[in-house]
This record gives sequence, structure tokens and C-alpha cells, in this order.
Amino acid sequence: MGYWAKNRHKINNAIDDFFLGLGRSIYEFFTYTGQVTLFFVDSLKLLFLKPYRFEEVVKHMEFIGNKSVLIISLTGAFTGMALSFQIYLGFLKVGATNLVGPTVALGIVRELGPVLTGLIVAARAGGAMAARLGTMRVSEQIDALEVMGIEPRQYLVSPRVIAALISMPLLCGVFDFVAIIGSYFLSIHVLGLDPAVFWDKIQLWLNPVDINEGLIKAAAFGVVFSSICTYKGFNTKGGAKGVGEATNGGVVASMVLIIVVNFFMTYFIRFLKNILPGF
Amino acid sequence: MLEIAVDINNVYKSFDGGQEFVLKGMNLKIPKGQLTVIIGFSGTGKSVLLKHILGLHTPTSGTVSVFGQDLNTMTMEQKIKFRTNLGVMFQHAALFDDITVLENVCFPLVEHRRDLSADEIIDIARARLKISGLDEKHYHKLPEALSGGMRKRVGLARALALNPDILLYDEPTTGLDPILTEMVDNLILDTHRHQKGTTSVVVSHDLLAAFRIADHVVMLDKGKVLLEGTQEDFFNTDIELVSRFISKGFRKD
Repeated sequence: MGYWAKNRHKINNAIDDFFLGLGRSIYEFFTYTGQVTLFFVDSLKLLFLKPYRFEEVVKHMEFIGNKSVLIISLTGAFTGMALSFQIYLGFLKVGATNLVGPTVALGIVRELGPVLTGLIVAARAGGAMAARLGTMRVSEQIDALEVMGIEPRQYLVSPRVIAALISMPLLCGVFDFVAIIGSYFLSIHVLGLDPAVFWDKIQLWLNPVDINEGLIKAAAFGVVFSSICTYKGFNTKGGAKGVGEATNGGVVASMVLIIVVNFFMTYFIRFLKNILPGF
Repeated sequence: MLEIAVDINNVYKSFDGGQEFVLKGMNLKIPKGQLTVIIGFSGTGKSVLLKHILGLHTPTSGTVSVFGQDLNTMTMEQKIKFRTNLGVMFQHAALFDDITVLENVCFPLVEHRRDLSADEIIDIARARLKISGLDEKHYHKLPEALSGGMRKRVGLARALALNPDILLYDEPTTGLDPILTEMVDNLILDTHRHQKGTTSVVVSHDLLAAFRIADHVVMLDKGKVLLEGTQEDFFNTDIELVSRFISKGFRKD
């Protein structure tokens, strides 16, 4: 009797387990995504109920936006320089170094700007959101809000999501600007390219619609990470361990989803551009 | 005849749709204006019962009414309004850790008494902190700088902020030493006497405290009321579990 015949049951069981596990993972993924989406929609609805929480929105914008400017600028400058250098090395082989500026600019404003801004702010502010709400949950502060007659999602979640939605395009703009300045510095002062050609080609190739594409993506990433991280923090179970798991889970899920959402948004925006020429 | 503040009627509660019930046909009437202490061993459903009274949990079946209003049928807006009539002192005080003691007590007033000026709100908060016996020098400290007993005082002052009709205490003496325990018991008793007409409900496993402060004692077991009444009723009962609880409770101290 051959190996397959002898171990048929074991192999069948292993295949069953594999597909059951796969099915369960897919089911859990969609359940989780659905729960986060509902959480986001409910939080958004609550934002329009009285009392309005404008002060909270501004407070969180200060935390998400203002306090991220330095780290975003630093990352942007070095990303712009590193990207310029790599593109320069590649284009040098085909004698197209005059296209370094626009290539970097397009790559930054369409892709790297929103994605890196999303990842950095998700790690910094998203992690802090999950940890803060998680700590409030396990120390009964969220229960305390609720029994005081305050809707905790309206007070804690909605302002954070809206603050992220508003702050992210602004941060992305900062990232784009600093990255292009970094690219300019390296290209002109280190690699010796012509500054007039650098700016001229950028002006020729880069359209406002490209910048808008990046800003829209950044706003979407703000919604993604703030919804996931507040959801994780808000539903924390257990003590300090639960807070750690919520923070870690929130940040990891946000980062992965930002990358995934970026891909689909890129495709979707391209599709819109094809069917709506003015977009 | 005594008026009823909280009416728990045949309440069953299981979590996540499970078949294991924490509350198993609970029936309880909490009299208005009295200090009721709910006692029982760990895991008998005391905290779950408290969360039903607060409207944080919905019964799997049965009804919970507070001052004649069925919590199950309330809309979100009604629940928010209803909760302004409740004051809760949490087990670990649950103070907001990013604002000062005074701001913690002002918080419910800022949210719900928009007719008051900032100065009026601060005056009320100071008055509540005075009732709870916290020294004025601690008013501008963050909660992390306070001891466990002081935090309980702030938690009580915050619970009193909106002058509620019902005050609930969740395990107020858990984890405190005997001196602090007595201090918190006296604080509960003084507050109950000071806030005329307020219904106080204390969830505790501290039998001595229950007998020291309660007008009405309720003992839970396995998700049901095992016995309710006065201190005498507990001493004169034939229920073995109650006798055991009493003997252990007194032996502990």
C-alpha cells in the first residue's frame, strides 16, 4: 500500500483543518471589518448630536497633527533624499537624470507621502489612542462616563476620528513639501543637477490632481487607523495585558490595512480618472 | 408602605448568548430613601446586578425599573437623562486621570448643567468635596497623587455632583485597610444622612460594614436573592449559607 493510501485519513483531516482554518480566518476578518465599519459609522452619527464636541476635536487635532509635524518632517526629508538618490542612480544609466525631480515628486505626492504619513501617524497617534481608551476601559473610566449620562463614543471616539480625518491631509501636505525640498537639496547640492530643470520638470509633470489624490488617500488612512485603534481600545478586555494587546493589535491592523487600502484606492482613483476625464 | 426605588423583576442574564446564567430569576425591590447593602460571596452576581441598575447591562429576560421607569424600553436620550439621577462611586474611584481633582468633580456639572456659570460650577464642586471630607490642599492635584482613601472621597464627591436621587457604591471598601474601611463606611453613612431622601445602594462582600451601615441588607447566592431584611433577620435565620457567611465574616475581623 502506498504512502497516500496509508495516510489518507490523516491527509484528509489536514486538508479539512486547513480549509476550516482558512474559512474561519476569512469569516473573522470580514466580521472584524464589519464591526469596525459599524463602529465608525455610529461614531460619525454621534458627532452630529448635541452637545457638539468641537473643543475635543481641536484638542485631538493638536495631538495628532501638531505633535506629529516634527517626526513627519524628519521622515519626509530623508525619504525625499533617499528616493532621489536611488532614482538618480537608475536614471544615470539611461541618461535621464533631468527626470529625477518629477519622478520623485510624483512618487511622493501620490504614494509615499500618504502611505508613510499614514504609517507613522498610525504608530504614534493610533497607538496612543488605543492605549488611552484601553486604559480608560480597564480602569472603569468609560463606565464612569456612561453612568454620568455621557455617551462615551461621542466624547471619546468621534472627535478622535474627525481629528484624524482633518489632520492627515495636512500632515501629508507637510510630508510632500519637505520630501520635495529634501530631494531638491540632494539633487542640486550633492548630485549637481540643474535647479531650473528640476523645478521646470516638476511643474510640467505634477498636476494638482496628483496632489489631491495623495491628500484624499491620507484622509482615508486617517479614518482607517483612528477607527481601528479607537475600536480596539474601546473594546479592551482584561487588565494591563489587554491594553497591551489592544495597542499592538490596533497599530498592526492599521498598518496592514493602510497598505491594502492604498492599493485599492490607487486602482479606484485610476479607474475614476479613466471614466471621468475631468477628475 | 415603603416606596420602591429599584424593582428587579425575574431577571436572567447570560453573556454572549451562552447558556450559563449569572443572574437566575433575580427578584428584588430596593426601598426608596433607605441604605441598602447587597452582600454575597464572589461570583454571585453582585456587580452584574449593579450594572443592570445602572443600565450598563440589558437583562436576557425580565425587567429592571428605577422609579417606575423600565430601563429596557428607554431610548438613548432617555437613558442619558435618567443617568443624571444616578451617582456612582466605583471600586477604584474611576477618576479621569488627566484632569485635577476639582476638574473631576466639575466634569458632570460642566456636561449637564450648562445653565451654570464656571464660578457656580466650581462652588458646587468645592461644596461636594467638602462633604466628602477631602482637604482643600488636594483640589488641584492629579488623581495619581492621591492615596486610595482620598480617591474614594473624590469619587464620592463626583457621584454627588448632580445631587442624584440614587447613590450606588461598587465594592467601596475592597482593598482598603480596616481603618480606611471604617472611614469609608462612615463616609457612606454620613453622606446618606446628609443627602436627605437619597436612596443608597452599596455592593459589598464586607458583612460587618453591611450590618454597621445598612437599613436593609440583601444577600445574593448563585444569581438569586438568598435572604433580605434587617440585621436581626440575618442572625435569626435557619439558612445554613447565611450562618456560614456571618460566622466567616465575623471571624475575619
